[in-house]
Amino acid sequence: MKKIVILGAGTAGTMMLNKLHKILDKEEWELTIVDQYKTHYYQPGFLFIPFGIYNKQDVIKPKYDFFPSGVNVIFNEIDRVDGENNQVYIKNGKVLNYDFLIIATGTQTRPDETPGLEGKLWYKDIFDFYTVEGAVALHKKFKDWEGGDLVMCISEVPFKCPVAPLEFVFLAEAYFTQKGIRDKVNISFVTPMSGAFTKPVATKMLSELMVEKNINIVADFYIERIDNENKKLISYDEREVSFDVLTIVPVNMGNDMVERSGLGDDMNFVKTDKYTLQSEAFDNIFVLGDAANIPTSKAGSVAHFAAEILTENLLSAMEGRPLKAKFDGHANCYIETGYGKGALIDFNYTTEPLPGTFPLPGIGPFGLLKNTKINHYGKILFRWIYWHMLLKGKELPIEANMTMAGKKKQ
Amino acid sequence: MKDLNIAGINVKLDDEGYLIDSSQWNEELAKELAKIDDLELTDKHLEVLKFLRDTYNAGDSLTIRRVGKSGVVSIKEFYKLFPKGPLKLSSKHAGLPKPTSCV
Repeated sequence: MKKIVILGAGTAGTMMLNKLHKILDKEEWELTIVDQYKTHYYQPGFLFIPFGIYNKQDVIKPKYDFFPSGVNVIFNEIDRVDGENNQVYIKNGKVLNYDFLIIATGTQTRPDETPGLEGKLWYKDIFDFYTVEGAVALHKKFKDWEGGDLVMCISEVPFKCPVAPLEFVFLAEAYFTQKGIRDKVNISFVTPMSGAFTKPVATKMLSELMVEKNINIVADFYIERIDNENKKLISYDEREVSFDVLTIVPVNMGNDMVERSGLGDDMNFVKTDKYTLQSEAFDNIFVLGDAANIPTSKAGSVAHFAAEILTENLLSAMEGRPLKAKFDGHANCYIETGYGKGALIDFNYTTEPLPGTFPLPGIGPFGLLKNTKINHYGKILFRWIYWHMLLKGKELPIEANMTMAGKKKQ
Repeated sequence: MKDLNIAGINVKLDDEGYLIDSSQWNEELAKELAKIDDLELTDKHLEVLKFLRDTYNAGDSLTIRRVGKSGVVSIKEFYKLFPKGPLKLSSKHAGLPKPTSCV
């Protein structure tokens, strides 16, 4: 039996496991997946928890529910990969041999990278919403908060789901308006980037939305530390932003296992060929999802599109053929904007988000870079699609690589 | 796009002042590029620029955090040397393309 080992059973790893289970000859290939945690989180849902739209039960299910039968499952921490000898060391001392390895260990928030973040205000006045614990704690805070300075701060790029902080301020704006205390809540968006988003056309649309909703943007702010006594963010060039409630995206880094294996860059993201998704170090190691250092969004949609390319290239590699499928960095993100509306962006390595319709040119039903009700329903429906189709590796009616059809060039 | 003669070389800069042909870069050119931004480059500045070029040419992406871990300067010093947007400014003087954060 030849062996494929998948490291990480999050969105990317679980999708890949299901895809491979379907297409590979079970007499010939043995599939193993390794993850230290047993709970699968629907991470796009975390955003809704602080505003009471979803609760904890809406976003968790056992990982086991999504594994096909007849695969090996190991719930334990990964120590390291020994690429020279095609082996994975598990923390319990077990050693796994592999013919092909897929690394899908994702990205993690690292609040310990920012001094003062996990100080006395952590989960009292400072929150993240990238963990279910943080999102639930923030919900409790918001329930009886009477207003003040609400600051959303991005610590570092890249980070998971780059539109989430934007959605957070838009939803907060709507939430406090509906509570009748919007005039008492001053909302600021603090970012190390030069504007609301990095690509010009989307930045323009989103900046206009920020102005319309009276949300301040503090750009080029690279946070050094948090002063807990005076409740201030302090940047490396000594600028200050005061807060009453701070919501923060902590520094994101890849799994420490990547560092121990010597496969990563200085943020522990695996050095990966951005087109073939093969690791730069070893021909029989592939990388899927947030764990890769490829220059596109860290998001489930990217992992979904990349999974098709990876499957094709893995099949080629198994037969010793050249890797022909090329990933284009395709990402597709819904952006909740509050009041039951949403925007949608679709882009890749070389084409920035443009206005138009999606997925059908001229028809939609979704409007690209437009703020509509139907886009919001797309996001709400997506939770069902995620649990029932996406994780199980079923085909969705969207091409892996991006199409220009339906997009308007600027 | 601008055509300029800087430090005795004919160079092209893009609309934001970034050098089109990175291979034309040398220290003299760096000093002249920095003058456009009212910055007088010291040896420390040049040390940073060389680190950026070496990292970039090795195929690695540039981040402020990586510069901070380089051993050449701390992030605070980096901000003092190239005020406001240190990575954008230093990349410009290092003759590299404008850094893009991936979203």
